[in-house]
Amino acid sequence: MSRRIVTLVVLLAGLLLSGPLFASGGEEHAAPAGDSHEKARFDPGKFIFDHVMDSHEWHIMTVGHAHISIPLPVILYSKEKGLDVFLSSKFHHGKEAYKGYMIAPEGAKNEGKIVKVSADGTIDEEAPLPVDLSITKTVAAMLASLIIILVLFLPMARKYVRNKGKAPSGLQNLLEPVILFVRDDIAIPSIGKHRYEKFMPFLLSVFFFILINNLMGIIPIPPGGANVTGNVAVTGILALSTFLITSFSADKHYWKHLVNAPGVPWWLKFPVPLMPFIEILGTLIKPVVLCIRLFANILAGHFIALSFIVLIFIFGQINWIAGYGSSVISIAFYIFMTLLELLVCFIQAYVFTLLSAIYFGMAREEHH
Amino acid sequence: MLSFILVFFQAASTAALAQMGAAIGSGLAAIGAGIGIGQIGNRAMEAIARQPEAVGDIRTNMIVSAALIEGACFFAMIVCLLIVFLA
Repeated sequence: MSRRIVTLVVLLAGLLLSGPLFASGGEEHAAPAGDSHEKARFDPGKFIFDHVMDSHEWHIMTVGHAHISIPLPVILYSKEKGLDVFLSSKFHHGKEAYKGYMIAPEGAKNEGKIVKVSADGTIDEEAPLPVDLSITKTVAAMLASLIIILVLFLPMARKYVRNKGKAPSGLQNLLEPVILFVRDDIAIPSIGKHRYEKFMPFLLSVFFFILINNLMGIIPIPPGGANVTGNVAVTGILALSTFLITSFSADKHYWKHLVNAPGVPWWLKFPVPLMPFIEILGTLIKPVVLCIRLFANILAGHFIALSFIVLIFIFGQINWIAGYGSSVISIAFYIFMTLLELLVCFIQAYVFTLLSAIYFGMAREEHH
Repeated sequence: MLSFILVFFQAASTAALAQMGAAIGSGLAAIGAGIGIGQIGNRAMEAIARQPEAVGDIRTNMIVSAALIEGACFFAMIVCLLIVFLA
């Protein structure tokens, strides 16, 4: 016990005493890659963004100059050349062109996207971008979590059919309380006892999709560790689904109340339709808020967790002892942040599902 | 004081001003969320103290309200991030 305390104290002392600490300005981090050192200077912004943004290969680690990454299929369609399918390893980490396509480098017009390359090897800036249907890192992670969801739920569904009326056993014990929670505490209070069943498939799907993808985002080992729900496109589609279902299941009282809200004085609706404008804006803003709430919560969690890891590397650049010393504090904070993120995962899945259920309930309100 | 402000705004470049604005905005958003969620926690504790058997309902509603307020804070944070990372 006292040996561990001594180790901790020595590491912390190494952090605090190993050289002057000075805050570096933003310009220093954009150091050119052509250094006289064998390693380029560590760029924390680029490190964090590479970990949360989408990419055409699944980068696992970098040993020295060698990148170890899983190549993912690139699926492109353009009018002139038709369909092209190949592995992203042909791009050699974005350095080479292949079959007339290339990942646009930093500073180019469509940086990071796949652009057409003309015959002499330069990027054709006027040509339209090909339709990119590739299996990128986010898509691959989403497929992995979908497989996990199917493996969890399909056998359980079959077991319910087989053991009709018997007590739950095995995995049913884990999942049944959660499903009943979604039904009894989210769907029935918001939508009502008589109409909630139609919406249960969507509510359950969205709850478990968000939950499993959030949890996979925290696990650092592939296929986890990809930022699925922290991607605004993914959460945007979820919010769009809620919006479409609300709009299509709304009765005419809903639309009438949008343009002619009851109990509002007439001078807010005519001649300048202020109230209808606000109500219609509200209908559009509510799904957008759903999307951004989930996206920003998960992305912020990933940013903060990655920042603590980045701190280790920043200190390591000053002095290797500082690097090891700061790793103690950084890992402790990282564990704390991950536990907080775990709580946020559940809360965000619950809040998204709850708000979706409330919107569905509001779409067909019973009259008082 | 006024002359200091004038000299400061003349000397600072627009990019630096934008980043300073983004940083201050993000801090203000955090303060706002902190105050809001602190109020929720305050009233929730009082309510639990008044009626301990309602602790389950109160806890659920407290967490939902905190998540909604955090959503507003994150709006501001996303705007600040957009300022910093989109030139």
